[in-house]
Order: sequence, then structure tokens, then C-alpha cells
Amino acid sequence: MTASSDVDATDETELDDADADERAADPDATGRPAEPLLEVDSLTKSFGGIDALNGVTFDVTAGMLTGLIGPNGAGKSTTFNVISGVFPPDSGTVRFGGEDVTGLAPNETASRGLVRTFQMAREFRNMTVLENLMVAPKAQVGETAWRSVLPGARGAVSDQEEEVFERAWSMLEFFDIDHLALENAGNLSGGQRKLLELARALMLDPEMLLLDEPFAGVNPSLESKLLERIETLRDRGQTFLLVEHDMDLIMEHCERVIVMHQGRTLVTGTPEEVQSQEEVVEAYLGGNVA
Amino acid sequence: MSDDATAGGPVEARLPAWAADYWANDLVKIGATLAAVYAVYLVIGALLGYDLSGQLNSLRRLTFLIVLYSIAALVVNLHWGYSGLFNIGVVGFMATGVYTTTMLSRPLQGQNPTGTLPGLGLPFPVAVVGGVLAAAAVGYVAALPSLRLRDDYFAIVTLAFAEIIRITVKASELQEFTVFGVTLGTGGGRGIRTYPNPVDEFFAGPGQPVVEAVSALGVDGSLVAGWAFVLVLVVLLAGVYLLITRLAESPFGRVLKAIRDDEQATLGLAKDTASFKIRAFIVGCAVLGLLGIVWQGSQGYVSPSLFIPQLTFFIWIAVIVGGAGSNTGSIVGTILFVGVVYLGPDYLRRLVEEYVSLSGSVPTFPGAVGALAGGDPQGVLLYTLDQTSTLRVVLTGVFLVWLLRTNPDGLFGDRREIASSIDLEDRVERRRARGDADGQEGGGSE
Ligand SMILES: Nc1ncnc2c1ncn2[C@@H]1O[C@H](COP(=O)(O)OP(=O)(O)OP(=O)(O)O)[C@@H](O)[C@H]1O
Ligand SMILES: [Mg+2]
Repeated sequence: MTASSDVDATDETELDDADADERAADPDATGRPAEPLLEVDSLTKSFGGIDALNGVTFDVTAGMLTGLIGPNGAGKSTTFNVISGVFPPDSGTVRFGGEDVTGLAPNETASRGLVRTFQMAREFRNMTVLENLMVAPKAQVGETAWRSVLPGARGAVSDQEEEVFERAWSMLEFFDIDHLALENAGNLSGGQRKLLELARALMLDPEMLLLDEPFAGVNPSLESKLLERIETLRDRGQTFLLVEHDMDLIMEHCERVIVMHQGRTLVTGTPEEVQSQEEVVEAYLGGNVA
Repeated sequence: MSDDATAGGPVEARLPAWAADYWANDLVKIGATLAAVYAVYLVIGALLGYDLSGQLNSLRRLTFLIVLYSIAALVVNLHWGYSGLFNIGVVGFMATGVYTTTMLSRPLQGQNPTGTLPGLGLPFPVAVVGGVLAAAAVGYVAALPSLRLRDDYFAIVTLAFAEIIRITVKASELQEFTVFGVTLGTGGGRGIRTYPNPVDEFFAGPGQPVVEAVSALGVDGSLVAGWAFVLVLVVLLAGVYLLITRLAESPFGRVLKAIRDDEQATLGLAKDTASFKIRAFIVGCAVLGLLGIVWQGSQGYVSPSLFIPQLTFFIWIAVIVGGAGSNTGSIVGTILFVGVVYLGPDYLRRLVEEYVSLSGSVPTFPGAVGALAGGDPQGVLLYTLDQTSTLRVVLTGVFLVWLLRTNPDGLFGDRREIASSIDLEDRVERRRARGDADGQEGGGSE
């Protein structure tokens, strides 16, 4: 039950819009030190002839919800892929928590607390929703093959399984998908898959979450519920970097915004600062920004 | 074991409710299928006029093959069904096991009265452990570089490894060689005598009275050792079943399942997927090593020709019939494979020979066609039945096409085996029951 109190405490009243606006205007009101958790410096990456990334530089402050925007093909997903280690950059560095993590494999970045979700939900389709969540927690005793087999050791594995189940169950309730616990993940709707992927990522207790269009295909009421939850988690100290095409959403919910265009970071600032930059508008209107 | 029944699966759907209830139990599924195949073979035996010894021997051979193929099928299921590792080099690891054990256990030169190939003269149990470890080590070497490859390339590497091992033991250079003053060898293409079967030795020595007692009942005494060895193999199968089921129903197996579904996403959850795949592969290879030791090793003699890819493919067919991803399915599939496809043609030939008075033999296809053109269908029948091993392959094809048209995922392919060491369905039910009760008490406060 300790785990459930951890995620159950969704105090919905605390999160009205006024509060969020205040926070957005003055991020330091939370009293947290504004040190960068993720530092990305001059990343480049090309695929054949295409320069997907061509100088991506930005910082993400711990405990903040930062938005990453840009037109289709700007290189947002590629930035996520390079940060999380799906492929190494051609040049440039990624630092996380003060350490150089450039080119580390995805499992290594993830085990340092830098966890990402995918633009196209990647649920484990032949496993139940519950199993999808229970895979995630780190360093489970039963991941050691012999412990799962030997009679003496298997007891400890099962004890931990009970804990992991409780945690997973609370997470399912938190995301309102507990009624799907025993459903095969492949049978879920697009929006439910997005929820599942976010829930699964959270099972890792990540320090920072990279979310690639988590609301794509999610209906508006579910979307606002998800946003509420993301903000709750942010208030508990989790850091988010969010790719999203809906400008209103970004302007309303993010404390800082990074704008990308043609493989570069154009502007970084508060939503107000970014909105006032003509370049951004041009980028979205398809203007040719050098 | 929290295997759950196939809700409305292909088999259940055709059973009355009471039978479907029993069928939900895994052991019942296996037992019922085995009983059905036994019954068919007893009827065939009766038609062929077998006496008690003949029937017992026919069932012994059937069980022997079912148990050994089942062990192999369970490993293929661990590799492919659970981990997505396409191992089509199964025989290579079996060969590694039996050849290593043989070379370690054969008597030293000079202490070898029969004059056959000498070995390292190690005690038999040590040699068995050595054989298992050698198979595991070869598995490690095969897996290490190739796990970075795509699935289909990995398959090619395993096949190549199996062939490399077969060709290596066949090499005349290794037939007999001396290192550090110790002479040993693989026997090359001529093969090598293995080791005495401890079960046979027991019934030839201290167990002799049992054999005599059975003989006194009018049953062939040699059946005692034969059946005793089959029982030993059944115990081994039970152990492998438990091992692989426990691996599957654990956090370890859960990660394997996740890798099979989406390796990139599993990496994203901080799992070192290569390490999981290598460990699963090695465990399977070790079991295959042991299988080679008790299977080919128990025949007293091995040669490279036993380890051709065809054996691997037969094992795969058993898994496909049962449905990859299910241990119970793998065993049921194996029972059907051995009963219908593997031994079926042989018994069919004997039945036809018994009841259709055929004379002579037509060894060539032109001969058969010629006879047919001359208005004599007997020639074609004789020719067909002469080709037992070809018939086996044809029958395999027909059987697979028929089965996979009705059950594309195999008999148990749609079955859900939840990967956890605790019964998650039960936990979910309890949580839901508790949630309902809370909801009523609290008057729907949430
Ligand atoms: N694996 C790859 N191989 C080849 N080209 C790639 C690869 N990944 C990305 N690209 C190219 O890099 C560029 C940036 O793509 P990316 O997916 O990062 O854009 P995005 O900003 O996420 O766009 P969207 O908003 O549509 O998701 C595109 O031109 C794309 O074609
Ligand atoms: Mg994208």
C-alpha cells in the first residue's frame, strides 16, 4: 500500500488553471534551484543526404515542464532518439545530471533516469496491460534467471512480485485503465495505448520524461486529464520535455518552450517570449528562416 | 503455475462443458492427448497381431520419441516462443553435448580392452556435466556476436554453427588425435562408441532379479530396462518443463516476452536486452546438450549423420503444431507430431502389408507408373509405401497445411500465459472485488 499512496494522491482541486499560469509566469516560485538537468549542445545528425539535426542546443531545468515545438520534420523525434541513445549523434554532446551521456545505449540512459515515450505508441501487444506495466520497474530480483527457478529463491521473487503488482495496480487506477488490466495491450485503442505507454514509463520512477506527442490521437477530455496528471507529477519534482503540435496547449501548460526548425533550435524562452518572436510564427507558416 | 485456459479456444469450443472444465488443466490436456495416441497405437498393434511384449515395445518406442522430442520442443519454445530467438541449429548443440561427454568419458588409452577410440577417462557424471557446459559454451559463442544481427541473420548463424560442428566432428583430422600426450578423437565419419547406459547396466547387474521376474510373466525381459530408461527420461522432461515454465512465469520471462514484442521499447525501459537474450539462449543450449547426451548417447554409438538439419526441422514442426509461446502446447504438439507424422507412415505401411496382399517390391518410380499404365494400381501403392521417409515429409506437409488452415497460430497459439511468479488474474479479481465492496460501503464517495 505504500506504493499506492505514492501515485494515488491526485488532488484534483490543487491543479486549476490559475495555479498553472502563475507557475508558468514565475518558475522559481516553486523554490527549486533552476539548475539544468539535461544539457544538449550542438547536436548534428544526418541520414544519407538529409541533415535531420543541424545544431541543436538547449537546456532543460529540473522540475519543469518544457515544450519542444516545430513543424513536421523539424527534427524533434530525431532529437529524442539521439538523447535517449537510439542512435549516436554525428557530433555534439548530451549531458544528463551533470554527466556526459552522449551515445550511451537506450537502456543505459533509461537506467540513469532519462526515460522516453515514442511518437508511435510501442506497447507490448501480446502481453496484458498489467504485464506491460510490471515489466518496467528496475532491478527486479526475478530478472536473475536462477532466482526465478530455484525453490528457495523463488519465494523472494514472488514477494517482490506482490509489491510490483500493487504499484502497477495503483498506476492503472491513476490512469483509469484498471478495467483493462487483463486485456492484451494490442487490443487497446490508440488513445489507451498512449496512456499505457506513459504509465509504463512512469513505473520506472524516471527523473526526467521525454514525451513525444503523448496526446496525439487522445480525445480532448482524456487529454486534459493527462495534462493534469503530468502537472501533478511535475509538482512532485519530475521533469518533462514534451513534443506537441498544439500551440495553445504548449503556451498554456509549459513553463519554457524550445522551438526547432529544419534541424536547429531557433528560440528558447517562456511561452510569452517565444510567442513574441516573429521567427516562430514564420516557421509555422512555412516561411524560410535561415 | 498460473496458466489460464483458452477462453473459447479451438479445442474447448467443441467440448461439452464438463469436459472443457477438465481440459482447462494442463496436465489433463497432455494426458488426454497421450491417451488418445496410445489408444490408436494399441488398436494398430492389435490389428497387426502384436502380443503383450509387442504392444509394450511399440508404446515404449512411441513414448521414448515423444519425451525426447518434447524436451527439444520446450527448448525451441523458450528460444522462439518466449524470446524470439530463431534457433535452427538445435542439432548442433545436441551434438556438442553427446560428443563432449563421449570424449571425456571414454577410457584412457591402454585401459581400453576393446581397442576402440580412447578418451579422457573421466567419471561418467563429470563427463555429463562437461557435455552440458560445452553445449552452453558453444551457445554463448554463437549468441554473443550474432545477437546484434537481425532475427533472420541470427537464424542463419545458428544453422551454420550446427553444420560447422557436424563437419568438424566428421573431419578425418579429428578422428583420432593426441594433445599433451593424451590420445582421443571424434571417430570422424565412422562415428564413435559412446558410453554404457547406466540404466541398462543396472538391470544387467543388481537389477537382474526384476528382469527375471518379468520374464517369468511371459514378457520380454529387455522391456524392463527399456521402460525404466523411458521413465528416467520422463523425470528429466518434468524437470525441463518445470525449469522452462518457471523461467517463463517470472520477471525474467516477462522481459523476454517484451523483447519478442518490441526490443527497442524494452531497451527504453532500461533492460539490457542482449544480456537477457544471451542468458535465455544459453539455458536452452545447455538443456539441448543434455538432451543429446541422453538421446543419441543412449544408443551406444553416434555418428555425424545423426545430426543433420532435418532433425531440427522436425522439432520445429512439433512446436508449430502446438503453437509457439505455450509449454503445454509444445508438448501436445509433439505428441501429435510423433504419433501422426513421425511414426505414422511406418505403421501405415505395416498395416497395408498385413491386410492387402501385396507381392514383391517396386523400388523405382518409373516401375510404379509403368504398372499403373498397365492397369495395375498395386505398383504405385507398393512404391509409395516403400518410401517411408519421403512419406513422412509429405505427410508433414499435409498435416501442417490442414492444421494451420484451421488454427493459424497452432493448437495453443491463442493461449495466454501470463508472465509472473504470482497469479495475476487472481490478484486483479481480488482488487476488483475489494474495489466494489469499498464503493458500496462508501456510498460512491469517489
Ligand atoms: N531513421 C531515419 N532515417 C532516415 N531519415 C530520418 C530518420 N529519422 C528521421 N529522419 C529524417 O529526419 C528529419 C526529421 O525527422 P523527425 O522525425 O525528427 O521530425 P519531427 O520533428 O519529429 O517531425 P513530426 O512532427 O512530423 O514528428 C526528417 O526529414 C526525416 O525524414
Ligand atoms: Mg516526430
